[in-house]
Amino acid sequence: MSDPNGLIQPGRPAPGFTLPATPDGGLVGPEQFRGRPVVLAFYPADWSPVCGDQMSLYQSAAPVFAQYKAVVLGVSVDSIWSHRAFAESRGIEFPLLADFEPKGAVARRYGAYNAQGEADRALVVLDPTGKVTWSYRSPPDVNPGADGIFDALDQLAADRKVMAG
Amino acid sequence: MTTPLQVTARLRDPVTTADHIRGPADASVTIVEYGDFQCQFCGAAYPNLHEVLRQRADTVRLVYRYFPIANVHPYAERAAETAEAAAVRGRFWEMHDWLYEHQDQLDPVHLSLGVEQVGLPPDELNAEVESRAHADRVRRDFVGGIRSGVNGTPTLFVNGVRHEGGYDLPDLLAAVDGASNA
Repeated sequence: MSDPNGLIQPGRPAPGFTLPATPDGGLVGPEQFRGRPVVLAFYPADWSPVCGDQMSLYQSAAPVFAQYKAVVLGVSVDSIWSHRAFAESRGIEFPLLADFEPKGAVARRYGAYNAQGEADRALVVLDPTGKVTWSYRSPPDVNPGADGIFDALDQLAADRKVMAG
Repeated sequence: MTTPLQVTARLRDPVTTADHIRGPADASVTIVEYGDFQCQFCGAAYPNLHEVLRQRADTVRLVYRYFPIANVHPYAERAAETAEAAAVRGRFWEMHDWLYEHQDQLDPVHLSLGVEQVGLPPDELNAEVESRAHADRVRRDFVGGIRSGVNGTPTLFVNGVRHEGGYDLPDLLAAVDGASNA
């Protein structure tokens, strides 16, 4: 079921989409944040202990993401109701997007959907124009941390300085 | 920009004199721990790390860095800032040990009692923590950990290389002995 082309690669425009998101179920998508870097964090499921770690970690790192003016969006195939309870229990304030109906449609477009019917644990960083600047797929049981994301955000900031100069 | 095959598994921030260090300065093995005082896994690793330092007193030193996951552990940040307030007064490890030995008593009332037991003035430390005087220091450790790929707690680096094994005593001894012989 996974995209034969694999995870979306740098240089490609990020497919546009909106999905219902925490906290209130309103539609959220990357295009709303043009002008800022966007981090799409696909993950297999709410509640699995490893996922909790990864999303909790990104919440803890919120002040660092803020320094880059970066927006973090978590995406899994869980329903908005599951996302809400999960977000509340872990104190997660950034939006968790429900790729629930049709199931996994957004994950598939990013090449981040697997045969188990879940999103892969995949990170996709979009530049302020909505182009993919970095992507990474982690084994499902390995929390990839955030160092790769911040390296990508540093690189974006450096590129922008060069263009301005 | 290329996609790396693997996310960083090495410590990026070298150990400096600004770190909290326990053990001989000339130790051949340095363990850097990124920990959260309210994390039960860190609490479970604590006596084992202690034992490693005891059994390998001549070869191993431990560096402790703050990595509070505050949204999951509501007392973790305050505990870390209190430890830093103790550090300023030369009592970091006493406070560190008290915190890990009293993980069920990290609420502000019990924490004040702990500060007193460590022999420090609770009101004075409390005021410093309330004013967030030590927040930057804790944040610096946290961000450094994030940049080194710390993805949860505890995360250990043994001579700069991420420890992928467990936190039981045999696992830890094997890791430090391996690094010592490397």
